[in-house]
Amino acid sequence: MNATSKARFDAITVGDVLPERAFTASNVSLFLYNAAIWNAHRIHYDAPYTTDVEKHPAVVIDGPLQGDWMSQCVLDWMGEDGALLKFQYANRRASYLGETLKTVGCITAKDDAAKTVTMELGVQNEAGEIIAPGSAVVRFGG
Amino acid sequence: MPSMVSDEARSWIGRSQPPIHMEVTRRDIQKYAVATEQRQQKFLDGDEAPPMFLFGLLRPIVPLDGLGPDGIARDGFLPDFPLKRIMAGGTEMTYHRPLRPGDKLIATKTLADIQEKQGGSGPLIFVSYDLTVETEDGEVVVEERSTRIIR
Repeated sequence: MNATSKARFDAITVGDVLPERAFTASNVSLFLYNAAIWNAHRIHYDAPYTTDVEKHPAVVIDGPLQGDWMSQCVLDWMGEDGALLKFQYANRRASYLGETLKTVGCITAKDDAAKTVTMELGVQNEAGEIIAPGSAVVRFGG
Repeated sequence: MPSMVSDEARSWIGRSQPPIHMEVTRRDIQKYAVATEQRQQKFLDGDEAPPMFLFGLLRPIVPLDGLGPDGIARDGFLPDFPLKRIMAGGTEMTYHRPLRPGDKLIATKTLADIQEKQGGSGPLIFVSYDLTVETEDGEVVVEERSTRIIR
């Protein structure tokens, strides 16, 4: 384990909060995301179809995109000091174009022998509800 | 209560889809990184793929007439159940190393389990899939367990 990674690990305490980040999808960013993952489901770009046929209030923000944003909460926090071993998420509630979502995280366990840290994660809507809970395990050093 | 999972449906447990062959390119990583608003240069430059990049890499490319009027490709890897509404459950990934440009990967998806549960608003069926992504040399790169909820 290099010195920076060790110092990072040693300084982590259960209860530490990860930096939050807000994401506001736009028509353009959602189009590019769905093009990049090759997803043609019309609820992500065709507003009249989305409201008239599938009865959503607005264009739907992809669940896996929220999963990605959640993973960035961990990746940007650990930088090059850690390696992502496990990442888990579930989409519990839909989110719509126009909403600003926030990624949150908190350290829940630390294993000194394995040099791993476990964290609870979430995507929070403007009402403060966790619409996608998740968790991750990061190993520090080697 | 009679089972909602027929013997025929149950016989799908352990069944695998034909392996999917995938090639990771820098350009695909760069597109994904921009669209997902990544901040790290290694992702934006396409030197390394963000962990969730795999989700898009696995999506099937089917002819236009294979897409329904909703724009979704028909997915045959689900047995017939008396319940029809399909929702995504959770996904759990185990990463052995990041994906990089030039990786040639083989993904194998197996229907791992079918469970019946009584939910607050009626019966539910949980279908779990195990996915293994490995190199052509057999090095396991990512493992994934995902669940679909049918109600």
